[in-house]
Amino acid sequence: MHKIFFVTAAIAAISSINPVWADSDIEALRKQVEALKKDYEQRINALENRLKQSEEKAQLAQQKVEHVAEKVEKTKTTSRTGQRNFNPEISLILDGRYADFNNDSDAYKLPGFALGNEAGLGEEGFSIGHTELTISANADDKFYGKATLAIHDHEGETETDLEEAYIQTLGLGHGLTLKAGRFYSAIGYLNEQHEHLWDFADAPLIYRGLFGDQLRDDGLQVTYVAPTDTFMQIGTELFRGDRFPGGGSHDGVGAWTVFANIGGDIGIEHSWQLGLNHWRENDVDDRTSGGHSHEGAAAETSSYSGDSKISSLDLVYKWAPNGNPTSQNFKLQFEYFDLREDGSITMLNSGPPEEFSTYDGQKDGWYAQAIYQFKPHWRTGIRYDRLSSNNKGSDEDVLAEAGLDDEGHTPERYSAMLEWLPSEYSRIRLQYNRDDSYEDADNQVFLQYTLSLGSHGAHQF
Amino acid sequence: MFNPIKKHLFIMLAFSLWANNSHSVINVFACEPEWASLVQILGGDKVSVFSATTALQDPHHIQARPSLIAKTRRADLLICTGAELEAGWLPLLLRKSGNGKILMGQPGHFMSADHVTLLEKPKLLDRSLGDVHADGNPHIHLDPHRIMLIAEALTKTLSLIDPDNQNDYQKNWSSFRNTWSRAITNWEQQSQSLRGKKIVVNHNSWVYLEDWLKLERVATLEPKPGIAPSSAHLTQILAELQQNQADIILYATYQNDKAVRWLADKTHIPVVALPFSVSSDETLFQWYERILSQLLVSK
Repeated sequence: MHKIFFVTAAIAAISSINPVWADSDIEALRKQVEALKKDYEQRINALENRLKQSEEKAQLAQQKVEHVAEKVEKTKTTSRTGQRNFNPEISLILDGRYADFNNDSDAYKLPGFALGNEAGLGEEGFSIGHTELTISANADDKFYGKATLAIHDHEGETETDLEEAYIQTLGLGHGLTLKAGRFYSAIGYLNEQHEHLWDFADAPLIYRGLFGDQLRDDGLQVTYVAPTDTFMQIGTELFRGDRFPGGGSHDGVGAWTVFANIGGDIGIEHSWQLGLNHWRENDVDDRTSGGHSHEGAAAETSSYSGDSKISSLDLVYKWAPNGNPTSQNFKLQFEYFDLREDGSITMLNSGPPEEFSTYDGQKDGWYAQAIYQFKPHWRTGIRYDRLSSNNKGSDEDVLAEAGLDDEGHTPERYSAMLEWLPSEYSRIRLQYNRDDSYEDADNQVFLQYTLSLGSHGAHQF
Repeated sequence: MFNPIKKHLFIMLAFSLWANNSHSVINVFACEPEWASLVQILGGDKVSVFSATTALQDPHHIQARPSLIAKTRRADLLICTGAELEAGWLPLLLRKSGNGKILMGQPGHFMSADHVTLLEKPKLLDRSLGDVHADGNPHIHLDPHRIMLIAEALTKTLSLIDPDNQNDYQKNWSSFRNTWSRAITNWEQQSQSLRGKKIVVNHNSWVYLEDWLKLERVATLEPKPGIAPSSAHLTQILAELQQNQADIILYATYQNDKAVRWLADKTHIPVVALPFSVSSDETLFQWYERILSQLLVSK
């Protein structure tokens, strides 16, 4: 444009200022200018056309965007999804079994470990296990609550037991969580899991021997998760301490625990978790447990008073191809517990005078288990249990009567199981135990079903 | 002696390092790789993204591993599919982490399914019908139009959590909107030949892809969602397919391919193993391209 203006101006200047030039020269110049003008006009037209084309293209693109936006708009929603559908979440666990033992189940004992808390083999033949009704929900944005009611048969009577009932803080921040009420202690890996989540029909022997299957109490729990890439958690619990393996009646904090867990992944297929735990009750008062019953006579029950400490270590390793456990996965689990007690044993209903002994208890034990899901819906597993005890006292006979003498026997047990899981919500299990808990080895077979109705909560690692 | 230019550069470098340190990025915990990729596109260098799962894992069945609790603990933003897809593990992570920022109701709790309509909302909730999701089919990431809506909502969330950088998020969003819209138009043109193709699927996880590309599902190998195909059911499908031939058998690479291979052997229908989500070395765009090209090659 500028050029054209310049050329036109020049022509004007030339034609007006230099009238002395020859006509032919001017004519030649005019022709040149005409040619230039034509050339530029063509170029301008071309430019204008290109501009117009690109404008059209942009418009087309905009139309495409609008077209997509229109389609997108159609998929917009007005309703929000969430956990509202099952609020509160209600679930019912149905559990039943057929059990066959070689030995009389009433003869069961664990020498060196006075059994408490109704621990034992359970019924032979058909029986139903724990029917658990669980209700849980976020109460609001600050608290989560959960209660589990267990209904089970005990000596011909149906009993209802409030297994757990607790509240838990949500999003307290800084990795802190508080829990209060009645709950399974976080010590040990298996202890926090409800019975129906176990991989075998019965508890590991060390859990049976120390806790009467599981440790739970009323109290308060604080946990802290560190802001690290590797999972690190520490926690403590303050308990009333009246329940087995504690005992007596406590006005304040009767028992307490501390625990620490670390864990992480190795690559994409392997994950692990390690736990260290300690439970302590300094003032165990009149803790009763089943001793020997003499034929015909009223059972003499042993009563322990003193202090009690349990330390434990747990290790869990899991594998899944590509980290996808749906069709295949493997789990290795190991736990070790050690109990120390210092106090005295009295035999109730004995004497007079009542039989008495000082007591220095030392019990430990471990189990290891491996579970393999080899194809969808099918799992198999093996477990080995081993216990030992070294209990001393002023009167060996009293200890023997209380079931605290190891009778020169090392309790052990081999287990194997096969599970069929038609879906996430049902399971049929066949289990075999070679049980050397006491001197008469026992062969035990369980055929068990477990069904989960209603909402299906998330599983712990 | 220090060259003054070098000295100047040194100070600038030191300052930029300090500035970088003082500027905290938003830690994002994504349940699935597709959302990890989307939030990376929209957040750019303002976000640090972790994906809890890979394309080779089934997002229904992930364990609440200790490593995931540790990651949840430090997250400023949680982005998941929702619609109960992660019901088996996410609630536990949230409860264990003690992190208030990503709880339901907080801006840092982003469920993609909350922002779009869901298909196949069941009329009847009964477990005998399999693993049904009460809110509808959750596999929404296979519809690019829904992705667009989710991206828009996610931009708002990012701006809400990190208002200092909202201009960046807006810029990233408008650039994404343009590129994604054009990509959708191109994909829709490219895939004209797929319209009306009859497909057989393993799990009912392709509903949104079917809806988008107008594919016709003629059979599902799982008799019910989440229930493995039985031989009786497979035989019945085989009989049906011999009457009424299908064009493609579709399954996700994380799924067991036994039933699919069996059926393909019997029927000679081409099998397409599609990556169900974005793999670690690609973007959302590249993943969509890959899915389409695999489908186009098969037919």
